[in-house]
Amino acid sequence: MKFIALIVVSLTGALLLYGTAEFPDWGDPSSPASLHVSNYYIEKTYEETHAPNFVTAVVTDYRGFDTMFETAVIFCAGLGCFLLLRDFTGKKEHFYRHIPTGVILHVKNGKKKLTTGKEFEYMDKDWVPHDLINKTVCRILIPFIQIYALYVVAHGDYSPGGGFQGGVIFGSSLILFAISYDLQTLVERIKEKILGILAATGVLIYAGIAAICMPMGGNFIDYGKLAPLLPAGSHVRALGMLGVEIGVGIAVMAIMAIIYINIVSEGRHDEGL
Amino acid sequence: MNDLLPLIVAKYNYWMYVILMMIGLYAMIAKNNLVKKVVGMNIFQTAIILFYVSIGYKTDASIPIIKSSDTAHGMVVRAADYINPLTSCLMLTAIVVSVATFGFAMALIVRIYRRYQTLEEDELRMRLSE
Repeated sequence: MKFIALIVVSLTGALLLYGTAEFPDWGDPSSPASLHVSNYYIEKTYEETHAPNFVTAVVTDYRGFDTMFETAVIFCAGLGCFLLLRDFTGKKEHFYRHIPTGVILHVKNGKKKLTTGKEFEYMDKDWVPHDLINKTVCRILIPFIQIYALYVVAHGDYSPGGGFQGGVIFGSSLILFAISYDLQTLVERIKEKILGILAATGVLIYAGIAAICMPMGGNFIDYGKLAPLLPAGSHVRALGMLGVEIGVGIAVMAIMAIIYINIVSEGRHDEGL
Repeated sequence: MNDLLPLIVAKYNYWMYVILMMIGLYAMIAKNNLVKKVVGMNIFQTAIILFYVSIGYKTDASIPIIKSSDTAHGMVVRAADYINPLTSCLMLTAIVVSVATFGFAMALIVRIYRRYQTLEEDELRMRLSE
């Protein structure tokens, strides 16, 4: 089997390498990919949209439909993870550790978590005793990561950045929180229901901003028609893009957290990495 | 041989992408473990991303964000000054799709492991035929 695979892969690779002989050289400004629509984007984007970042302008304005359904793809991936894995049968056994003495209580057949005072700490099977440095460093770092993520979203049409990138950074800060503390703490801070609502809200913001353009007299995703709502002069298209990017960022952030939480805990949301 | 070397040097980005892509394809075909197959799929997608980004590159061009000197009224933006934004856009969305497929594949793998307690393909086939 492996031998056949090796032969197939080598043949395909040789064929592809033979084909590259016809390709344009690396960095050739007159290669076919850089001749037609790409030049139009570079020359006209600032004039038409007043967004300095061409990539954001093309992603959210010229190719707005593509990005909208891309957000829907992300939403469907999160929905699929939830539907495949979510398991609502809570576990029966719980462990509580008395912090001053280190004595561990084992509660059997407990349907719900007990409400305990500050002396008791909830434990799961991945509990490690000394992670003070991890916790402290991550507690200091996480707010800065989140502010950076918000900056990346907000500056998406002026500098490298955008909704997908900022959303992923924000989602990774949530994942860092779950790794440095434990999954339980994250799930308590941000409820599953809120994450689901945020994911749907992000897609709704995108589709909503795009749909508002229609009663204002334009086509779907024609941000120029938002001028009466956004008194920003010639920058109205850039502002429309910013709104759409915020929607994408919210959706991606929530979906990253949903995928992570469901996969590491096998859908039970109790313990994990 | 003398003809081949300049050909490779001028187009070595394509060689890189073909090699990476074949590593991914080999992993998808030959590996027995499902997680390794998914990793192979990710390498394959990365090769495609590398290919697209490299065909958008132009020598002596800057990133596709307009320079402040070009924003003044009446200035003409020259296309040769900026790299191709279109390939970057397409790959932005491709990265999103790869995250989505990877997350969904991992979810499927977790389900398979919960049901069959294994991720090796031959063992799975044995369990299925039982």
